[in-house]
Amino acid sequence: MFPFCFEWSWDLGHIVFMGGLWYALSIIGAGLTFAIVKSVFDCYGGHDDPDHGHH
Amino acid sequence: MNETPLIPAGVKRCSKWQFSLWMAAATAVLLWGVYAMFLIWYKGLNQTNMNDAYGFALWIWADLAIIAIGGGAFFSGFLTYIIGKKELKNIINFAVIIGFICYSCALLILAIDIGQPLRGWFIFWHANVHSMLTEVAFCLSCYFAVLTVEFIPLILENPKLDKKPFLHHLSHNMHGIMAIFAATGVFLSFFHQGSLGGVAGVLYGRPFAFREHIFIWPFTFFLFTWSAAACGPCFTILVTKITEMITRKKLVKDNVIQLFAKISGWMIITYIIAKTIDTIYWAFVTAPGMGFTLMDFYNDSTYNIGLLFAEIVICGFIPGLILITKRGRENSFLLMTAVILAVIGVCLNRWVMVLQVMAVPLFSFNDWYTYMPSWQEVATTILPVAYGIIVISLAYRYLPVFPQEKELNPID
Repeated sequence: MFPFCFEWSWDLGHIVFMGGLWYALSIIGAGLTFAIVKSVFDCYGGHDDPDHGHH
Repeated sequence: MNETPLIPAGVKRCSKWQFSLWMAAATAVLLWGVYAMFLIWYKGLNQTNMNDAYGFALWIWADLAIIAIGGGAFFSGFLTYIIGKKELKNIINFAVIIGFICYSCALLILAIDIGQPLRGWFIFWHANVHSMLTEVAFCLSCYFAVLTVEFIPLILENPKLDKKPFLHHLSHNMHGIMAIFAATGVFLSFFHQGSLGGVAGVLYGRPFAFREHIFIWPFTFFLFTWSAAACGPCFTILVTKITEMITRKKLVKDNVIQLFAKISGWMIITYIIAKTIDTIYWAFVTAPGMGFTLMDFYNDSTYNIGLLFAEIVICGFIPGLILITKRGRENSFLLMTAVILAVIGVCLNRWVMVLQVMAVPLFSFNDWYTYMPSWQEVATTILPVAYGIIVISLAYRYLPVFPQEKELNPID
């Protein structure tokens, strides 16, 4: 639900619940975007192959 | 098809025939569950034995139980990435896979339970912000996304996929920021595990479930999160041991299991002390204040006081005490006994907080409400087990799930 929806009201419940949801989704989205963009740069920007020791 | 390029280097796997037979058996059970699932979606919730007394039934117990035992993923992420217990990196891949299975099943069960899965998105778009279950749905979905993000780098480490430069870099970069995802997972898990407990604790009209509050949060909120963090690792250890038994290989070094078991043991013992205090306060203050005695809630032949004893003593204090002692943890029989009891204990707790709450009579002239799940409910509850076996089998065969496997099982 977004603030432009007819059901929306500017009360604490909507702000906390929906704010929390968007906050979590933003972190996941930003993290994924960062990893994908960095991989594109690493891949096509001639970056050395990272080793396989991920763990 | 030659499978060799798909199998991680330096490890041995069973033959394709053996694997196919194993997968066929699991798939048969899965298809039985899928058939029941489609019956429910096609014909409706009349395929279940839920009734006016049991609006929550077997599925919701299964949902809460798998969410609790899937807690090993968020807690191991917390210990590894935030507390810095580096030894646990040797088991965290498997904990993430188990968490992924548990949470995908939890969402699947919810999709079956709502009857009309095509309207599942209503919970996000037409959110009821006064419902703890809305928070649970938000956190479950987001945490499942987090677990998927945590699982992807492992999938990308499959030898065939790892040869693609972009996928190789993506896996590496996702590992690099895994701490952020792990922290997000801990945040989300704290709230959804807690809110599942909160749902029972705020039921003022059900004195069996109702608990005292801290602000808006009943004690059950904190106890649910605590118990998931305590018993989730036990389930991870249990599944690891079962996998070792089936593959006839040692996959994780003892020191890793011992550390995980020790932390879990201290979490269980502190949780069960808190649970005992909560139960005593409820039995002697809260319930009498609402006009009930303790035995009013345990005077049924099924729901008797033995359940409370089993949950707190047999499946609480005993596994906790075994796991906090070095000799207990080092004895493989006692270790297995403890982790099995702890897993049963948390499942029993969810059973009591979902089904016993429904069973207690609401009116003085009523008897205890009874409920027997239909075969469709049973089949759809067993479905996650078959699905879990399939996912674990595929992951074990094609992905480097256990970093210590090569060292522990050198190929001559």
